[in-house]
Amino acid sequence: MLGLNKKDTSLLIIVGILTMLAPFILNPFPEGSAMAQFNAGYPDLMQRFVIFGIFAIGFNILFGLTGYLSFGHAAFLGVGSYSAVWMFKLLSYNIIPAIALSVVVAGVFSLLIGFVSLRRSGIYFSILTLAFAQMSFALAYSVLSNPKFNLTNGETGLQVYADDPQILQGANSPDLPHLFGLPMRATYTLDVGAWSFDFNAGYYLCAVIMMVVFYLSIRIFRSPFGMMLRAVKSNQQRMNYTGLNSKPYTLAAFVISGMYAGLAGGLMAAMDPLAGAERMQWTASGEVVLMTILGGTGTLIGPVLGAGFIKYFENIFSKINDNVLHSWFAFLPDGLEDAVVFLIHPFIGKGWHLTLGILFMLVVIYLPGGLVEGGQRLLNRLKRKKSKPDDATSGKTEPAE
Amino acid sequence: MTNKSVTRRGVLKSGAVAGTGLALPTIFTASSAAAYTNEPTGGSVTLGFNVPQTGPYAEEGNDELLAQQLAVEHLNGEGDGGCLNTFTSKALKGNGILGKKVEFVTGDTQTKSDAARASAKSMIEKDGAIMINGGSSSGVAVAVQGLCQEAGVIFMAGLTHANDTTGKDKKANGFRHFFNAYMSGAALAPVLAAEMGNDRRAYHLTADYNWGWTQEESIVASTEALGWETVNTVKTPLASTDFSSYITPVLNSGADVLVLNHYGGNMVNSLTNAIQFGLLDKVANGKDFKIVVPLYSELMAAGAGENIKGVLGSMNWNWQLQDEGTKAFVKSFGEKYGKPPSNSAQTCYAQVLLYADACERAGTFNPCGVVEALEDFEFDGLGNGPTWYRGADHQCFKDVLVVRGNMNPTNAYDTLEIVEITPRAQVEYDPEHPMFAGGALGECNPGA
Repeated sequence: MLGLNKKDTSLLIIVGILTMLAPFILNPFPEGSAMAQFNAGYPDLMQRFVIFGIFAIGFNILFGLTGYLSFGHAAFLGVGSYSAVWMFKLLSYNIIPAIALSVVVAGVFSLLIGFVSLRRSGIYFSILTLAFAQMSFALAYSVLSNPKFNLTNGETGLQVYADDPQILQGANSPDLPHLFGLPMRATYTLDVGAWSFDFNAGYYLCAVIMMVVFYLSIRIFRSPFGMMLRAVKSNQQRMNYTGLNSKPYTLAAFVISGMYAGLAGGLMAAMDPLAGAERMQWTASGEVVLMTILGGTGTLIGPVLGAGFIKYFENIFSKINDNVLHSWFAFLPDGLEDAVVFLIHPFIGKGWHLTLGILFMLVVIYLPGGLVEGGQRLLNRLKRKKSKPDDATSGKTEPAE
Repeated sequence: MTNKSVTRRGVLKSGAVAGTGLALPTIFTASSAAAYTNEPTGGSVTLGFNVPQTGPYAEEGNDELLAQQLAVEHLNGEGDGGCLNTFTSKALKGNGILGKKVEFVTGDTQTKSDAARASAKSMIEKDGAIMINGGSSSGVAVAVQGLCQEAGVIFMAGLTHANDTTGKDKKANGFRHFFNAYMSGAALAPVLAAEMGNDRRAYHLTADYNWGWTQEESIVASTEALGWETVNTVKTPLASTDFSSYITPVLNSGADVLVLNHYGGNMVNSLTNAIQFGLLDKVANGKDFKIVVPLYSELMAAGAGENIKGVLGSMNWNWQLQDEGTKAFVKSFGEKYGKPPSNSAQTCYAQVLLYADACERAGTFNPCGVVEALEDFEFDGLGNGPTWYRGADHQCFKDVLVVRGNMNPTNAYDTLEIVEITPRAQVEYDPEHPMFAGGALGECNPGA
């Protein structure tokens, strides 16, 4: 289907089903129960899952295929966000021009940075991209936000104000980001017994866009162009000696992944019309690297899984506080309750980084291929278990023959 | 090799899919029937406490969290009731808010506007919080205030000192109890004149972001009105930890006062650098060299240790005040946590009580009712004497403290002494003052 082989088609269909049913899958616990703390099916987090999924898919086109480790991709995310918010300020709250501009601007920006940075490879390339991203961060944070020429509004973040021009804003169009009148915030809540599921317009828009770009990324992975990028990864020098200039290929990969990042940034602004400079900080660039590695570098679905994993921890574990813990373990005797809470306390709330760090370590040590490898091993084990009884029966029958 | 022929069945299928896709929006727009966002339906109401638990202002954030938890206890009628006993409005009875038990959720802002908004959003969307309180930075406060306005919940700002929060970025759903940079300037200037004279030459080091600029602007304006001269204003990157390269030029600039528009760890470092360079021992223009830190906090004072001795600054509130509200709050905070509260803790505590009281007086949790109840509300008994929540910009007006680093501290918490309590009338300004102009309060937004 759609020019994909059977395996990729089924992957695409599985991802499609998972994203479309996410409100059900992510809200497995009934509202009001103690486990509801772990529910992740609220609009903001679901949007974050797919948006960072897009970011990581794009990053994987560069890192997974060419092996060029960019430490500055957050810059494109930030640039995308800023351009989208500027579109909101100047034109209207319709997200189409905003997202279009964010992709274009991020593309141009990544062309410039990629052109310079790709002159070097390996660690030098990483440092160059890191340097560019930090420069962009510094520009956005203070230089471009001085009172005379305020492009980014510095630490506070760029927001839309009532006195902005918004020349295309119709009299009746909603006063928040919308798609031809459908507000991104619109949510339909389905209550089934004790459960409640949120269906959010913004989430479904992002999910559909993610499906499209996921499909694109599969096509890129399976194309001759993708093959060329893999060749760059395995041995660029040898490729150069055969007389082939690999630079246009790597630059194209860099720009494509930059545009993915810009798209993610534009979508972030479309879901929440604010663009902050922290989006461009080096920690944000590092985060996407972690997402890709955690999920599985060079695999198709890995980056999306990694993005979901990290965002889940950031948003769910950081919100568990001592009070919540005490309510969970209230059934224990007082002394024991305090002891248990004391033991778990460093790993939750403000300590969520610690939990994430430990899990990251475990994954990298025991599953070098990321979460995808974990899934594959699990599948293999299940298959072996299934096939074992067959062996046993055949073993029994053989001697009888 | 792909099969591109169009079949009747295929057309029908894709038509049906597209049709459902187009019909979906009408389902979504017919959303819930609640009158406003997160209308509490059960026997409890949820408040969202959004404070920095990691990052440079984590200490302040954790102190705020302690105060917020204390406020919830008092609202639910547990503990000694704290300021409920001294608050002039008697609407709160210690049985929760409007008879509903108060519950709370917490989040980590990481002192980043993005993360703060994500955490506030999850409180609103996931936990059903009806009010967001907290924050320890103006950038975060402005960002979260914007979000609360869009989402239709009330934002009770915590520590935010920049003029913009109730100036060009003011919002109908946002309220600020804390004072601002303009008020710091207005309160400090007369004390500076009395202590240092009217012919000083000031050199400013300013944290290079929105809060730093508005504070610098405010202090420059009020000191120049005294007759001071501003020699130079230098912006320092927010991420700096070493300010020695910025201190050296001060010595040769002909200035005799150094104003540090820094906060938190920045201020601790720049002040320490300035003391190490011996600025306070110097004599310039025939006068003793002085250092001024316009915005002080107890936690910064504790961080800077010995170096703050004799350094002047301003504060929103201090635990050493002797009014009834302060005494009640300090007593109940001290008994619970074994230390006096900081001024950021006090502002968050007061904001939670003010919100609860406004709901009680309005008889509803509807943001529009709360806004109406808080606008031009006059009260006393939460510290700092009679206070006015101005309706025009949602800024509180109360006495402002001028403090000095204690020369002979008797204990670890006795780091600052109150030099003067500047009366409210002296720090008031017109809502259309140029430093606050632009932006619009807009309409209250109940969401849903």
